[in-house]
Amino acid sequence: MKGHVLRAFVKKEFLHIFRDYRTLMVLFGMPIAQVILFGYAITTELRDVKIGVWDMSKDQKSIELISNITSSEFFALNDNVSASHEIEASFKKGRVKAFLVFPNDFGNKLERGTASIQIIADASDPNTANIITNQLTSIIQRWDMLEKSKTLRRAFIDTEVRMHYNPESKSVLLFVPGVITIILMLVSAMLTSISIAREKEMGNMEILLVSPLKPAVVIIGKILPYLMLSLVNALIIMGIGNVVFEVPVNGSFVLLLLECLLFIVVALSLGVFISTKVESQQMALMMSLFALMLPTILLSGFIFPISSMPLPLQWISHAMPPKYFIIIIKAIMLKGVGIAHIWKETLILSLMAVFFIGLSVKNYKSRLE
Amino acid sequence: MLTVSNISKSYGEVRALNGINFEVDRGELFGLIGPDGAGKTSLFRIIATLLLPDSGDVSFDGHDVITDYEFVRKNVGYMPGRFSLYQDLSVKENLEFFATIFNTTVQENKHLIEDIFKQLEPFQNRRAGDLSGGMKQKLALSCALIHKPTMLLLDEPTTGVDAISRKEFWGMLQRLKKEGITIVVSTPYMDESKLCDRVALIQDGAIMDLDTPSGIVNRFDKTVYKVTGNNQYQLLSKIRTMDGVQNAYPFGSSLHVYGSPELNLSGRLDEHFPDADIQVEIIPADIEDTFMNLMTRDHE
Repeated sequence: MKGHVLRAFVKKEFLHIFRDYRTLMVLFGMPIAQVILFGYAITTELRDVKIGVWDMSKDQKSIELISNITSSEFFALNDNVSASHEIEASFKKGRVKAFLVFPNDFGNKLERGTASIQIIADASDPNTANIITNQLTSIIQRWDMLEKSKTLRRAFIDTEVRMHYNPESKSVLLFVPGVITIILMLVSAMLTSISIAREKEMGNMEILLVSPLKPAVVIIGKILPYLMLSLVNALIIMGIGNVVFEVPVNGSFVLLLLECLLFIVVALSLGVFISTKVESQQMALMMSLFALMLPTILLSGFIFPISSMPLPLQWISHAMPPKYFIIIIKAIMLKGVGIAHIWKETLILSLMAVFFIGLSVKNYKSRLE
Repeated sequence: MLTVSNISKSYGEVRALNGINFEVDRGELFGLIGPDGAGKTSLFRIIATLLLPDSGDVSFDGHDVITDYEFVRKNVGYMPGRFSLYQDLSVKENLEFFATIFNTTVQENKHLIEDIFKQLEPFQNRRAGDLSGGMKQKLALSCALIHKPTMLLLDEPTTGVDAISRKEFWGMLQRLKKEGITIVVSTPYMDESKLCDRVALIQDGAIMDLDTPSGIVNRFDKTVYKVTGNNQYQLLSKIRTMDGVQNAYPFGSSLHVYGSPELNLSGRLDEHFPDADIQVEIIPADIEDTFMNLMTRDHE
């Protein structure tokens, strides 16, 4: 008997979702837009960064080094100046992101063992400036080593840095797990809290309450459709990530789905909890945005590393479910590890799920006030 | 069937209900008549187990609505004042959904909603939100009836509905009454109170009078003068200042004036307004006259 009541409730919920184009947009338009946005637009990869050169010596060595740098896929030569004030002008016009300044007699100084190059970077975007100078320095050093080995034939130590799990420093590898986290949080928590708040706002709750419907059936009936849709969403994002950006799933796919399911349950129970506290859809939206979405983006370690946050914010971030999910999902997708390495995070998420479900059931009122 | 004793309810500083007492008998059509804000909705919600009163008791069929709310929810059909079905679901989907959550089917209790159902049938696949006001109320009534309740609670079912649909709606209530269903209905329209077996006039959270409609009217002890004439506004302001006039209200295109039988209204008015073409007629009191007078007395 209970089964067909629940089925009727879930069916009704799906009808609401599929008849409201705005919900559909949030559900399916958002994930695609977000992955594309984060994948393409907000990238920290270097590609064809425009640089300028002020070469005072113009000898064989400096020309060789410049062509070495600009022949890489990272940099392209866009300006060649012959006076210091032109550097300033070039930056201001936005023609270049960095300048290389070669002193007089660069080649000869190099023969004698002490040559220096000045790198001037546009630090109005400090992150990019950092990456550019690091990249330039490493190219120059590698070239320097090569030169030394040619002339002196002395042994040298080649320090080679390898970036594990993301060897090409592809930012999209980090963004896809983050986007999955945000979307699951958004769809699960925001849409459920809004849909329950809508029943209150439209007065439907009055009839649901006077019906013999058990609170558990209402809550499960609300949660189930969004659970299914959120899972579909996670699959869509992983699919786009895999096909368009070649983001791998190195670990067990089944484990990944199970962990997604767990996180969705946490997010859904948060959504139900929010809905027990608000009376209108607008309030539900505000609450989910400010209490869930912003912390998910800012404090979960998705964009800003947790270790560089001030201590109080670090404490707050420990209470954020997305933090643990991002750790889990990165570990499975990129490192390919099994449950043995992420059981701690999984346990914390499970406890959070139990806690919030308990809280929502306790807060679910069988009356209007 | 239903006993409401000494119910009070406050929202913060505002006293919504102040010591309400009444009883409704089995199979009775009981009306709660009162203006907006009188406390009708709060009272309905308390009986329907949606609100807890601050003090007092309500018992339905011997069951306390506070402690035994599950029994009440199973056996009472409640139709809230605001249209509370799903606007984005069709008529059919709404009926089927509410039938299912009340553990029944549309077929099982079709005889109760037969004639309403026939009217709704052509609109089966229309979304509830696109129905006319009258049709919405019929659908809401069907959903409230779907689990064959022994008592119906209808909170202002005819507000915002056209005159013809209102008449039809009351016709349906009479038929449901014949089926043996107890009905408690509220309305701000005083003319509808005549259609109830007994009515309670409620204002500012208190019952001012409770009787059969004719009982209430019979107790009215003033003479009612129906006055027509040009320039109603000046007439009304003059009449209100005259000696022996207790009350005067505009009633559609005429004025109703209440006072003693020896008012000689016609002669005195002709004196003041020789050109106003004034006609004065003594008419039997109506329930509306009674209620208007009760309301003012209470405000004084």
